[in-house]
Order: sequence, then structure tokens, then C-alpha cells
Amino acid sequence: MTTTETTIQTQSEPLSRLNDRQSESLTGWLMASPAILLLLGFLIIPFFFAFIYSFTNQRLISPNPTEFVGLTNFKRLLTVRVLRLEPVTDEASGQPVLNDEGNYTYPRVREYTRNNPDYPQYDGLQEWTYFDIGQTRWMLLAGDAVFMKSLVNTFYFAIFIIPLQGGVGLVLALLINERTRGVNIFRTIYFMPVVVSMVVVSILWSFIYDGQNGLLNNMLEVVTFGHFNPVDWLGNPSTALPAIIVMSAWQGVGFHMIIWLAGLQTISYSLYEAADIDGANTWQKFLYVTWPGLRNTAIFVFVTITMQAFGLFTQIDVMTRGGPLDSTTTVIFQAVQQGFEKQNIAYGSAISVVFFIMVLSVALIQRYLTREKAV
Amino acid sequence: MTQKSKVRLATTSRYTLMILLAAIFALPLLFMVISSFKPGLQILQDSSSLRAFLPVGDLSMQNYFDAFDRAPVARFIFNSILVTTVTLALGLFFCSLAAFALACLRWKGQGIVLTIIIATFIVPFETIAVPLLMIVSRLPTIGAEGFSYGWLNTYHVQIIPFIVDAFTIFLFVQFFKSLPYDLIEAARIDGASWFQIYARIIVPVSGPVFATAAILKGLVMWNQYLWPIMVVQSEQYRPVMVGLGYFFQLNTAWGEIMAYLSVITIPILVLFLSLQRVFVESIASSGIKG
Repeated sequence: MTTTETTIQTQSEPLSRLNDRQSESLTGWLMASPAILLLLGFLIIPFFFAFIYSFTNQRLISPNPTEFVGLTNFKRLLTVRVLRLEPVTDEASGQPVLNDEGNYTYPRVREYTRNNPDYPQYDGLQEWTYFDIGQTRWMLLAGDAVFMKSLVNTFYFAIFIIPLQGGVGLVLALLINERTRGVNIFRTIYFMPVVVSMVVVSILWSFIYDGQNGLLNNMLEVVTFGHFNPVDWLGNPSTALPAIIVMSAWQGVGFHMIIWLAGLQTISYSLYEAADIDGANTWQKFLYVTWPGLRNTAIFVFVTITMQAFGLFTQIDVMTRGGPLDSTTTVIFQAVQQGFEKQNIAYGSAISVVFFIMVLSVALIQRYLTREKAV
Repeated sequence: MTQKSKVRLATTSRYTLMILLAAIFALPLLFMVISSFKPGLQILQDSSSLRAFLPVGDLSMQNYFDAFDRAPVARFIFNSILVTTVTLALGLFFCSLAAFALACLRWKGQGIVLTIIIATFIVPFETIAVPLLMIVSRLPTIGAEGFSYGWLNTYHVQIIPFIVDAFTIFLFVQFFKSLPYDLIEAARIDGASWFQIYARIIVPVSGPVFATAAILKGLVMWNQYLWPIMVVQSEQYRPVMVGLGYFFQLNTAWGEIMAYLSVITIPILVLFLSLQRVFVESIASSGIKG
């Protein structure tokens, strides 16, 4: 304010300043309120409803009133028990009974899980998976075997895609960080899949992965001069999820290339000059200059890929619908299956809550890793 | 080996690697576009040789005509454009307005509001999709047929929940905080209202951040998939990504599928190629918060 104005306003200044403050406060709220209301209504309230529904038996449309059921949904989701099975032995000889293929036979799990009063702890559980150690079969039973598989698949997906997408992204960034001819064209090409919808990518790659006329099989056949036996990549439980991992990395890696590139460009050139003077080779420069300079970028890349990986849904819905044999089902796919397709809002919400806890843990890990920044 | 030939070898191997990688990233997309002009049978035959990536054989626009015949493709595209543009227009306005209030004004409760908005960052949409479905299925609608309950099968169910998002607000707050405060102070002394300051001073100098927000939000909206499959069953309101389901009913005609994929992808790719710099900078800036 200029001096002349101050002198003129001396009398009324406290009042006008108060008015100003009040009107600024009011304007602030008014301007922010549409955003606040929309966030509240379509994010914060649904978020709390997810928690509330997860303790009920809410369905999308139901003739019966909704009831609180406590932890029932979570019990069904998370119960895992081990059942020890010994081979069936012949009563007379005491020798194990072998089946036609010469393998041991085991008592049927159904005998433990269906209304067996001797084993109340196994009642209603489903077969998830088993391990054989010696003659003994260790059977894992779960309240919801498909959900357990989806949990394992989701972590499997995350564990493999983090190094793949993060690592390839870094290699791409290092390649195009050099200021040489044509680098911009390569950057454009590597980035292109990022702007293509995951739905489009999934359908395109369904064709590439096709077991009969698939592009990948044909290419591999040509490259190996016909020595390659075609694989039904998405139809085989052992290759379906790896195939989806590779495709997802192909689509997303350009994004992280740009993030790595932004990180690389914050590293001062003088550090490299100093390393040159010390006679460092390329690998040493990477190890002692580049990598330490990328620490925060690396954390960001790790966190974003993990979050994306946990949310794995579109590819599964388009390409495999969770199959074959539940080998590609995921947490979010199950949440949508239960909450939407089976209209079991409560159970779908419970899965969403488990999913949120997974995401929250990653966010907490991020905070822990970046804690020194706050000091 | 002399120093010079060593450098040459390094350069050659680097370029070889870059070209190989470029092939991996470009060929599937090239295959998609090239195949969209080939009859279905030829796509299958060509897939065993390099012809898969070459515009050879019987090329025509037939797949495109067939695709538009098979499904209301124009309708899907219209729906997606409508949902994307309306969400973007409202979203950029409300998010930037809230961000302006958070960054430039002083008001009671401002700190807590900003904290809550930033906290919502870590709630992925997938977490709230199921309860949100429950909520929107009960919300009242005033439409042509009068008052009714339930937002399912409408445009607004695809728009309203996505207008505001924490990330866009955060992007604007960061940018507005970096602007010189003198700009605002001078206008205040001249008697401008806060809204005038927002509309006449802040918005005109914020082109880059609006572009960034529009690109990131626009991509998300155009690619919407999970939410529309949950809330839109009638074909009248279906967006492009959900419309794809049509091509897998009855017989799968790969030629038509490739044509449809190209139709919904090429505009985005062209947009990306022409606005490359802004795109790449947008992505890079989204990493800044880390």
C-alpha cells in the first residue's frame, strides 16, 4: 500500500481489514466448495462405506434388510488352515494303497470340510493348494480359495513386473539420455504404447499370443527355423500370467522411462566430469554417480509400479477373465466379480478393504524410505 | 583396438539396441493399423511372415465399413467424446478454482482441507468402485421421465464422480504457488475481486499446467473401462472401450476388430505425436511429487 492511502484509511483500517479477512475466508470456502463436495460425495464417503459394507451382508438388490455380520466377510476371505493328510493304508497289510499310476492315495478333503463334527475348524473350507513332503500331503485350506489364489497372483504379478518395467525403463532412459542424433524419434516410439488404452493393448496382444495363428508363435517359429512348438500363451495356466506381465510392461514402460529421464537430468554434469578425472569407467560412473542420484526417482518408480500392479484388472478382464484355472485371477478382479457380477456389495467391499490395506502398506513403505527428506 | 574404433563400436551397438527395442514397441501397433486394411483371412495368413507388418495384398477400407455396420461405433465415439470433454471442462474449472483458493487465499480450515485432499491420493479408484456403485444406484435423478432413483445407464454417472480428483488439484496448487504473489497483490489493491483475479490474471498465465492436467485427465477419461462396465449396460451410453465387447459376440472378425482398435487409438496417437513435448513434460511433472 502507498503512504497516501494509509493516511486516508487510518480511521477505518481495523474494520476494513477484518471485513477483508472475513470475505477472503468466505471466498476461499466458496471457491473450494464444489471440489470439496464432489470429493466428499464420490470419494471420501464411498471410501468409508467400503469399510461399513464390509461388516454387513449388503447386496445390490435384496428383499432382506441389511444386517451387521461382524468379521464374517473377512474371516471367509482370510482364513487359511493346514490339513495334514497321510496316505491311505490297507487295513490288513498296513501298506499304502497306490492308485493306477502308482501314486499314493489320500483321504478325500471333503470328509474333513463337510459337516464332520470331529473337525469343526475345517468346516466349510475349500481346497486351495497342497505340498507333498515325503509321504505326507500338506493340504492348504482356505475360506475362499479363489481369493487366496488371486492374492498370490497379484503379488506374483507385482514381484515380476517391478524389476522388469522399472529396469527396462531405466535402460531406455539411459539410452536416450545421450544427446545423439535421432534420440527424439526413439523416445517417441518407446513412449507410444503409454497413450494406447490398456483395453486396446489387451485385445491386440490376445491376437499376438494366440495359440494357433498368433504372431508370437509364428515369429518364434521363423526365428528357430521351425523348431519351436506353438504355445497357447493365454490358455496355459503356467504361461498366462507371465504373458500378461510382459504385455503390461510393454505398455507401461515408456511412462517410467520418462520419469527416470527426468531424474537423470537432475544429476549435475560436473559429477560426471569429476568421475572422468578420477578415471572411472562407464559402469563405475553408473554405480557411484547415476544410481545414488536416482534414489528418489527409484522410490517413485517402485511405488507407482507396485500400486498399478496391485490394481491389475483391465488386462485380466479383457484377456482371460481370471482363467485358465484361476491362474490369472487378481484381487480387483475378484472385488468386481463379487461386488458387481454377483451383486454381493458387502463381500466385494471387504475385498476392497483388503486391497486398500495392501496399497496403504506400500504408501507407508514409501514414507519410510523417503523419511530423511522431511528432516 | 584404437580409441576411435572403440567409440564407433559402442555407438553402433547402442543404435542396434535402440532399433531392436523400437521394433518391439512399434511393431504391434503397426500390425494393428496395417491389419485393419486387410481381409480377416489374409491377416491370419500374413501373420507367419513379415507381410504382417507390410501394407501388401488386398487392402481396403472394408473392415471400417463392416465395423460401423456391426456396432453403433459412431455412438460409442460420440459418448466417449461427450463424457471426456464435459468432465474435462468442469474438472479443470473446479479443480483450478479450488487450487487457487488453496494456494493464493488465506482462509480458516485451508490447511486441513489441503491435507485431506492430499490424503485421498492413496485411495485408488478400485477401492471405492464397489461401494460407489451401491451409492449411485440409489441417488435421485431428475430426467425427461420425471423424478426417479438410480444413476445407472446415464451420462452423468460417468461424469460427475470424475470431475474432481486430488491429483489435478495438487498439480494446480503446485503451479499457482510458484507464481509471483505480487501479481495478485497488485490486482487486490486495484480493487479486483478474487474471482476476477482467478479469471483474468491466474488462468491466462497458467496455460502449461492446464495443458498438463487436460492431457493426464483426458487420457484417463478416454480410457475409462472398469466404471462403465459396472454402471452402463445400455448401448446408448456406452463409451468406446466397453463397446469393444460387440466384436467378440458371435464370430470374432479380426479385421473389424483391428479397424475398431485403430479408430479409437489413432486420434490419440496423432494427438500425442503433435503435442509430444507437452505430453512428455506432463508425464515428467507427474513424477515430481515423488
